[in-house]
Amino acid sequence: MRIGKYIYELDNKIYMPYVSSICGTYEAAGNLREFVDNVMEDDLWGCMTHEMAEIKMQKHIISQCLERAKIGESEVDCIIGGDLINQIVPTSYSAREFEIPFLGLYNACSTFGEAMIVGANMLSNHQNRVICVTSSHYATAERQYRFPLELGTQPTPSMQWTVTGAGCVLLDKNPSNSPYIARYVIGRIVDLQCSDANNMGAVMAPAAFDTIYKYFKESGESPDDFDMILTGDLGRFGMDTLHYLLLQADIDVPNLNDCGCLVYSKEQKAVQGGSGAGCSSLVFCEYIYKLFESGDIKRILFVPTGALLSKDSPLQGESIPAIAHAVVIEKQR
Amino acid sequence: MINSKEYAEYVSTHTQKSCEWKTLPIAFVVGGLICCIGQAFADLYTYLLPTWEKADIGALVSMTMIFLGGFFTGLGLYDKLGAVAGAGSIIPITGFANSIVSPAMEFRKEGIIFGTMAKMFVVAGPIIVSGVTSSAIVGIVYYIVGKV
Amino acid sequence: MDIFLTYLQVFGCGGLVCLVGQLLINKTKMTSARILVTFLLIGVVLEAVGLFDKIENFAHAGITIPIIGFGSNLVKGAIKGAKIGLLQATTYGLAAVSAGLTCAIFFGFLFALIFKSHSKKM
Repeated sequence: MRIGKYIYELDNKIYMPYVSSICGTYEAAGNLREFVDNVMEDDLWGCMTHEMAEIKMQKHIISQCLERAKIGESEVDCIIGGDLINQIVPTSYSAREFEIPFLGLYNACSTFGEAMIVGANMLSNHQNRVICVTSSHYATAERQYRFPLELGTQPTPSMQWTVTGAGCVLLDKNPSNSPYIARYVIGRIVDLQCSDANNMGAVMAPAAFDTIYKYFKESGESPDDFDMILTGDLGRFGMDTLHYLLLQADIDVPNLNDCGCLVYSKEQKAVQGGSGAGCSSLVFCEYIYKLFESGDIKRILFVPTGALLSKDSPLQGESIPAIAHAVVIEKQR
Repeated sequence: MINSKEYAEYVSTHTQKSCEWKTLPIAFVVGGLICCIGQAFADLYTYLLPTWEKADIGALVSMTMIFLGGFFTGLGLYDKLGAVAGAGSIIPITGFANSIVSPAMEFRKEGIIFGTMAKMFVVAGPIIVSGVTSSAIVGIVYYIVGKV
Repeated sequence: MDIFLTYLQVFGCGGLVCLVGQLLINKTKMTSARILVTFLLIGVVLEAVGLFDKIENFAHAGITIPIIGFGSNLVKGAIKGAKIGLLQATTYGLAAVSAGLTCAIFFGFLFALIFKSHSKKM
């Protein structure tokens, strides 16, 4: 069913009975240390390269999710996922290990939201179960988007730290006592001519604003109808900016939170907070899902945000376009 | 919705700036100390090799500093210094060594030829190109001026 | 006491150069490659107008160790070559810094074979 122009309500709820996640040691020492699912012993995890470690992370959590669900590979209809690396190589290589059809997606850090939306739509048709997975790794993203790891550069104060982590969720159309996807909004590309690749919060905040504003305007709901509005990886500055933008539009959101701000503690020198395709999936799978299970929250607006740049596009004088998808996730009271 | 001009103004006034009182003294001290190490090597070599010319001693000192910069990069310490010291460790010749050794190490995974050798100058390339080009121009100008 | 004063001059001048670089980083968000190119060109200009030697007499390693010294060495070689001929005017620059450059390339290659990149932890 369609509400307004942008909101889609699913006729059948899409449940998420099982999740699995993995993070690096730095993330495991952060704010969410009590909720950690799996931890890698170090950033290489016994692999030759950091890219291989990222592949191993995804493989590990997909297999673990299948184990937890006690189902075989043949019972999953599709793996949907992505990451930050060129041509989403890590996800393709991890999907190589499974006898499961594969759809690769790229929406930068908002890929997890995109995967949920695509998955929910597939389950509204003939598929029964799909797995959504995204990952990011500090060392692989750093060498691709910024500098070699050993180059002695100083982090700018507006920068964010790429999260080493991955999360995957099994989407199932059979009802169960688990959180489910109720509605979604597909984001529009928003570009306010920011071109500073070291200030992603400022780049993505207008996109998050656009999506959240549309949702509240068209649904007639207010922020009080949600236990939490959770953005993807805006970081502290991006979140403050989003607050400001929403207030300008007369929307006060006291329950706004951000995965990037949640993942690292204040003492860790992660500058503005975490970012990366694995940021929102890790925080959702290891923390938010547990809050649903314990009954602390019943309904959230999950808004993963992404900055759609390549290493060369800012050099060619382009500004950075941003996107944010919204997914309403609820659990039966 | 806010227009891009207003937004750029909001962002530039509200983005957190580098803390001058913290970064500047550290850059000053680290940069000064690295130069002192260079001076110490220069004094040492002048003492050990009294017959050498000043230019050769200078070359030997740069080689030593480049070795040290490269070595600490290899040990994974130079990037930690750089994160704190900023320009204090970028501008000395050790920073130049760091900018060559770090991509050489990073892209080793793509193989010796297409990784290390091909990508060694991804950071330092502009330095060498601009330096060699400008020195050739200065040389030619001096040659023409000398002839006139 | 003399030697102490020399080292104080080296420390002060070297520190000052880096301080200016840090100011540039803070104010303009320049990356390290741009900072290095800028300071190299400062060295080129200083040497080309003949100021570098005067500064060096006071600052010693405080000006030769920063990348400014690398730029000045290039130009020093080029000026020396210009006295011989046009060919030398273009080639002597690189010859003057060949020791440092060879060393950087050699150790870059060697260390790439020995060491592995570490993932950064702050």
